[in-house]
Amino acid sequence: MFSRAYRAVVTIPPLTWVTVFLVVPYFLMFCYSFWSVSASQSIVHSWNFNNYRQLLTVNVYWQTLLRSMWIAARVTLFALLLGYPLAYLLSFHAGGRKDLYYQLVIIPLWVSYLVRAYAWKTILGSEGLLNTLLQYVHLTRHPLEFLLYSPFAVVLTLTHIYTPFTFLPIYAALEHIPRNLIEASHDLGASPRQTFWRVILPLSIPGVLAGATFAFVLSLGDFLAPALLGGPSGIMISNIVVSLFGAAYNWPLGAAISLCMLLLVVSLLFLSERLEKKWSFS
Amino acid sequence: MEFLVTVTTMHRSRPNWLWLHAAMVFAFLYLPIAVLILYSFNGAGVGGFPPRNLTLDWYRTLFADSAIWDSVANSLLVAAIAVLIALGLGIPAALALDRAQFPGKAIFRRLVLLPLILPGIITGLSLLMLFARAQINLSLTTIVLGHGTALISVATTEVFAGLQKVDRAQEEASLDLGANYWQTFWRVTIPNLKLSIIGAALLIFTLSIDEIAVSFFLIGRDNTLPLEIWGRLRRGITPEINAISTIIFVFSLLAIVIWYRLRTKAEGSPEIAAELIETAVQGD
Amino acid sequence: MATSTKSVEHDIDVKSSSHLLSIRKVAKTFGKNVVLRDISLDVAEGEFLTILGESGSGKTTLLRIIAGFETATSGELWMNGERVDHLPPYKRRVNTVFQHYALFPHLTVEQNVAYGLRVEKQTEADISSRVEQALARVKMTVHAKAKPSRISGGQQQRVALARALVKRPQLLLLDEPLSALDANLRRQMQVELKSLQREIGISFVFVTHDQEEAMVMSDRIALLRMGELEQVASPRDIYARPATAYSAQFIGHTNLLRGNVSQGFLHCNSLSWKTSLADGPTVLSLRPENIRARTQFDRSRPTDTVVFKGKISDRAFHGATELLRVECADGLKFWVRTASQLDPAGEIEFQFNPADAVPIRESAERS
Repeated sequence: MFSRAYRAVVTIPPLTWVTVFLVVPYFLMFCYSFWSVSASQSIVHSWNFNNYRQLLTVNVYWQTLLRSMWIAARVTLFALLLGYPLAYLLSFHAGGRKDLYYQLVIIPLWVSYLVRAYAWKTILGSEGLLNTLLQYVHLTRHPLEFLLYSPFAVVLTLTHIYTPFTFLPIYAALEHIPRNLIEASHDLGASPRQTFWRVILPLSIPGVLAGATFAFVLSLGDFLAPALLGGPSGIMISNIVVSLFGAAYNWPLGAAISLCMLLLVVSLLFLSERLEKKWSFS
Repeated sequence: MEFLVTVTTMHRSRPNWLWLHAAMVFAFLYLPIAVLILYSFNGAGVGGFPPRNLTLDWYRTLFADSAIWDSVANSLLVAAIAVLIALGLGIPAALALDRAQFPGKAIFRRLVLLPLILPGIITGLSLLMLFARAQINLSLTTIVLGHGTALISVATTEVFAGLQKVDRAQEEASLDLGANYWQTFWRVTIPNLKLSIIGAALLIFTLSIDEIAVSFFLIGRDNTLPLEIWGRLRRGITPEINAISTIIFVFSLLAIVIWYRLRTKAEGSPEIAAELIETAVQGD
Repeated sequence: MATSTKSVEHDIDVKSSSHLLSIRKVAKTFGKNVVLRDISLDVAEGEFLTILGESGSGKTTLLRIIAGFETATSGELWMNGERVDHLPPYKRRVNTVFQHYALFPHLTVEQNVAYGLRVEKQTEADISSRVEQALARVKMTVHAKAKPSRISGGQQQRVALARALVKRPQLLLLDEPLSALDANLRRQMQVELKSLQREIGISFVFVTHDQEEAMVMSDRIALLRMGELEQVASPRDIYARPATAYSAQFIGHTNLLRGNVSQGFLHCNSLSWKTSLADGPTVLSLRPENIRARTQFDRSRPTDTVVFKGKISDRAFHGATELLRVECADGLKFWVRTASQLDPAGEIEFQFNPADAVPIRESAERS
C-alpha cells in the first residue's frame, strides 16, 4: 500500500485543501492582528502591537474574556456532574437496555443547537414555562427576572448542550474498563464504593478529560447562546469579536482576539493531551 | 468469559439515587424539545401555561412561508456538496493517516482534526479573512467551502475508525491472489468501509444542515435554514419557529436512528461519536 | 438424571477431618441453561483440590459461586460452620487469582499487592512489611515499582498470586491461572504453586481443563462433567480406579473393553478370561501402559495373562515412550504404551494382566 503514486494521491488533495483553507487563513488572521483600522474604515497595514495592548488594557476586553472563562468553567463542571453519573449508570447498571438509553442521550445532540437554545428562551422568559409554572404552584409571586438575559441563562443553556458531549467519552472510557478488575477489587475486600473511588474513577479519567476539554473549549467560543439569552450581563468574548467584524468594524482587533482564543484552545488541547497520556494505562 | 458478566450480578442493592439522577438529566435534556413540540400546536403562541387551543395553524403558516423553504433548499444543497467535499478529502486523509508515512504527518493530522474542537467562530472568521483578501464575494459557495473545511475532520475521524476495523489480512490475501494496490483498494478496502462512509455522510449532512457558527460569517444574500431562523429570532419570537423546529427534530430523530444502526453494524456501540470527541481532544 | 450424587465416590485422604468449605447441593441456571446441577463437595483444610472439566462443564461457574461473583440458584455454601452464600465477595475470607490476572493497570506491582490491605485500612507499617514478604515469596521484589504493562505474563501471574495471598485468606481460588503461559513456564509454575501451597498450608481450589496439570498438583481431583460431579478422588485413585468411562478417558489414555460375563468368564470379542464379576454386560478400563509386547522370553502362558495379536497401525513418539495403535483381526483396537522400539511390520503378540482391566460404569446420560 505504499507505492509512490498511492501516497501522492492520498496525501496531496487533503494537504492542499488544508493548506489553502486552514493554514493560510490562520496566517492571515495572524497578520491582521498586527494591523489596524483607519478612521475611514479601511485596513492599515502598519505592523504594531496595538491590538494586543488594547486587549490587555481595555477593561471590557479582558474582563469579558475572564467572564467567558468563568462561564465555560461552570458549564464544564455542571456538564460533568450531570454526565458522569449518567454514564456510570448506563455502563454498570443498565443491563440490556444500555443501547436504548445511549441512543436517548445522543438524540438531543442531533437536534439543532439553535432550536434548543431558542426553546430555553421560551422556557425561561418572564411569560415562559418556568415562571408561569412557579407562579402557578405559588412558589413565587412575580416572574424571576434573572432566569433570562443573564449569565445564568447562558450557563444553563450551554450545560444543556454540552452534557451529552461530556457523557460520550466518559461512557466509552467506563465501557473499556475490564469487568474482571471490578471483580478483583471486590474479591480483595473493597466494597462497591471503595471500588469506584480506587479503580473505576482513576481509569475513567481520560474520558473525563476529553469531555471536559471539549465542553470548556466550545463553551468558551460560543456566541449564539449569549446573543440569544445572555443579555448585557451575559456577553461573552465571541460576541465582542462578532461585533468587531460587524457593526464595530475593527477586523484587526477582532483578529487579535480570535488569535488569542486560538492559542488558548491549542494550549488547552496540548495540556489535556499530556494529562490524558499520564492517566491512560492500557 | 469473565467479561461477559455484568457487575449487576454482584450489586444487591439498586442504586436508586443514580436512577433518580438519570431521570432528572433526561428530563433536563428533553424539556426544551418537549416544549417546542407542545407549543408548536399551541394556539396562543408561546408563553402561557398550560398550552391551550391546540391548532395546526403554525404549521400552516410555516408551509406558506416561502423564505423558510428557500433557505431549506439552500441548506440541502449546501449540505449535499459539503458531504462530497468532506468525504472526497476525508477518505484520502484517513487513508494517509492510517497507511502512509510522510514528513509532517503529525502536523497534518492535527491540522485536519483541529476544526472538530475549535469553536466555529474561529474557523468562520479565518475563512472570512481569506475570502476578503482574495476578494471573493460571500455567497452559498463560500458557505459550502466553509462547511467542507470544517467537516473534513468528521469524515476523516469516522473513516479512520472504520479503517481500524478493516482486516488487513483480507487486503494481503487480495494482493497475494494477484490483484494490485488499486484493485485491492476498490474491491476490498472500499466495500469494507461502506458502512463507515455512509454513516459519515449521514452525520456530515446533518451537521451541515444545523451549522450556524461558521455560516454566520460567510453568508451572502442567500440564507441557510439556521441563519434564516436566527434572523427571525433577532426580530422577535414567532411561533412558526416552534413548528419548523419540531419538523427538524423529527428528521434529526430519523437520521440518528439510521446512523446509529449503521454504526452499530459497522463497529459496535461504545465507540460511536465518543471517538469524535476523543480524537478532537487527543488528536490521534 | 437420577444417578447424580450417589455416583460420586468420596475417596478422602486428607490430614484433618474438619471441612473448611462445604458446598451443599448447589445448582445454577442461567435463563434456560442449566450449568450446575446438585453439586455437593467438601474442601478440607490445607488441601489442594482441583476442579477439572472441559469447557462448558461449569467449573468456572462453580468457582465464581464460591468467590461470590455468582449466586447459586439453589443450595448452600458453608464455611467454618457459617453460611456464606448470601455474602458479597468483599465479605468472604476467600481470594481469587483470576485467569487473566486482572491486575490494576493504574497501580504499580507494589500498590496492586497492597490494595487488599489498604481497603482493610491496615497501618502503613503493617502493609509495607506484609507486601514486602508477599513479593519476596513470589520472587517479584525487584519489580515492585513497575506497572503491570511492563512485566511479562508469568510475572503478572506471580503478582496476582501475591496480591491474593497477602490477604491471608482461608481459601485461595485459582481460575485456570496457568492457561496463558507457554508449556515450559507452565510446568515450572505448577511445581512452584504446589510447593507454595504446602509451605503456606491454606486450601487451594484450582480450576483447569488440563488433566495432566490436575494430576501433578492436586491432593484430590473433582471431575466435573456437564454440571455434575463425575468422580472425586485422589489422582492415583482416579487414574487406577476410574468410576466411569468418562473418567477413564478424560484422565490419561485408556482402552475401553466392552464385553459380556457369563458363568465366570468374561468374553470380549475373541478374548476371554476368568473373572469373578457378576454375569451380564461389562465395561472395563485398561491403561495402555499395562499392555506390553511379548518377547522371546515369554514362551509360557500363565493363567493370569491375556494374549492377543495385532498389527501396529499408528504410532506417536512421546520421548520416553511411544503410544501405539494396535489393530486385531477380530476387530478390537488397543492403545499400547511401550518404551521399547517395536518392529512395525507384521503381527506382534501383546499381553496384559486381566487384573489391570478395571470394571467401570458407563457414563450417565446427560442432557
